[in-house]
Amino acid sequence: MDLHSLSLSALQAQFRSGTLTPLDALDALEKRISAVDGRVGGYLSLNRDRARAEAAAADVSLPLGGIPIAIKDVINVQGDPCTAASRILQGYTATYDATVVRKLRAAGAIPFGRVNMDEFAMGSSTENSALQRTANPWDLNRIPGGSSGGSAAVVAADEAFASLGSDTGGSIRQPAALCGCVGLKPTYGRVSRFGLIAFASSLDQIGPFTKTVEDSARVLNALAGKDPQDSTSLDLPVDDYTRLLGRDLKGVKLGMPKEYFIDGIDPQVDAAVRAAIRQYEALGAEIVEVSLPHTEYAVAVYYIIATAEASANLARYDGVRFGKRADDPRNLLEMYVRTRSEGFGEEVKRRIILGTYVLSSGYYDAYYLRAQKVRTLIRQDFTKAFEKVDALICPTSPEVAFKIGDRSGDPLKMYLADIFTIAANLAGNCGISLPCGFANVEGSRLPVGLQLLGKPMEEAKLLSIAHAYEQSTPWHKERPAL
Amino acid sequence: MSAELNVRHTAQLARLELTDAEAAKFQSQLNQVLGYVRKLEEVDVSGVEPTAHSNQVHNVFREDASREWFTPEVALSNAPRQANQLFIVPKVLE
Repeated sequence: MDLHSLSLSALQAQFRSGTLTPLDALDALEKRISAVDGRVGGYLSLNRDRARAEAAAADVSLPLGGIPIAIKDVINVQGDPCTAASRILQGYTATYDATVVRKLRAAGAIPFGRVNMDEFAMGSSTENSALQRTANPWDLNRIPGGSSGGSAAVVAADEAFASLGSDTGGSIRQPAALCGCVGLKPTYGRVSRFGLIAFASSLDQIGPFTKTVEDSARVLNALAGKDPQDSTSLDLPVDDYTRLLGRDLKGVKLGMPKEYFIDGIDPQVDAAVRAAIRQYEALGAEIVEVSLPHTEYAVAVYYIIATAEASANLARYDGVRFGKRADDPRNLLEMYVRTRSEGFGEEVKRRIILGTYVLSSGYYDAYYLRAQKVRTLIRQDFTKAFEKVDALICPTSPEVAFKIGDRSGDPLKMYLADIFTIAANLAGNCGISLPCGFANVEGSRLPVGLQLLGKPMEEAKLLSIAHAYEQSTPWHKERPAL
Repeated sequence: MSAELNVRHTAQLARLELTDAEAAKFQSQLNQVLGYVRKLEEVDVSGVEPTAHSNQVHNVFREDASREWFTPEVALSNAPRQANQLFIVPKVLE
């Protein structure tokens, strides 16, 4: 097996037995990146020299000692660019490490490379990046999903052993599904958001992309925990997320939300997810039908709340303290307006306008307040369902990766791509996507993702349920032909 | 709910200036999105408390004490214009 194809855990075993060094791993990644990234387009930049110095000094006895990890371009790493794939932050250099980066370093990992995304994490295809196009490694004419499309593509293409992304409405789980890797959105508050460029602060959460479920648990071990710099991070004990891996599924109850098995799902996605459910039954889990009656309102609630929060968060890009400033403004107002109008891309402007509108006087109650109330009902749906089951099982995305350009010009259609992932962000519970098969579309073999949603703070159980299925199926071993 | 979104006016509130082409395109796209979100009118929300946050944390305080943080040089290192440890902007008052 090529070194670049190893899982994080397998790589670590070789570091510890002395058959490989962290510098070997960096060499292999750099080679792989030069061979395939011209076609995949996952990386925006690499900090080779710093990574090599850190690899040379790495302590492989640490939990992630010497493991290079790619970072979504929305998370600050001191000394690196952090553009959120936006023109407005071109030239910006991060002056501090995000808490997750500090924690990765404390666990011995090496932040390596910035990966592409939709501008300010707004999108489901990475086509909204102002900087670069990223392709799906399984079919280079198709999108990798989004917004963490680069994070998913580089792991799927064996250009990274693991990466970090962020999930506001599905931005980890959906690209993981479309690229055929494992993507975990932790419970809201489990991982600090300090140093993550904010999109929608009540929904954003950082999480890992990996090749296996075990790797996901190992990275979460490093990321989780209370952070005094993020007042919304939860002051609850951090589990060992590998603790329950390998446990059997006897006595485990999985709920099939009937609202997630509806007309309009790609038949091959539906078939793969139903086959996964039968596999769970064969492994001893009990499957019951549950209902999340407010599911059909989740996308509408999300596009009010997320855009409202974004319109406030993105007010800081005014050309005063950092980032781009328009040339030769005649006065302060012109500086603000031209900086923002020249610096933001189309989707970002659209969402700022929508968010400003739903918060504006006269419309606040009708849109924003009503959306917050329906958000309560969506949370209650999950609370009730989790009284009956250990986790929910459903598709991650109603479809497989679509062709580049197919959705541009139809924002509403693009928004509906997140129909199965958004509710978990509104409710705050944890969720994971893992490979569960392939769909054959026009001569391409495209990954299908299975989504498991868990109770808040029950990541250990969620990962163990995911692991049991993964280990009994071949999907995670498949690699794209590049 | 009313969908009297005027994109030009709302853009101004957000300190954005749209070209005619952008304004026309956004107006029609966002009217469509607002038409979609209007389905929330169907939901009975009487007596339902709003959720601003999935974690109900309140009044998170810390000691009001100074900490090691950015030096002025670091804080200014990304400034488009700076001098004398200050951010420079166009004249505000005539």
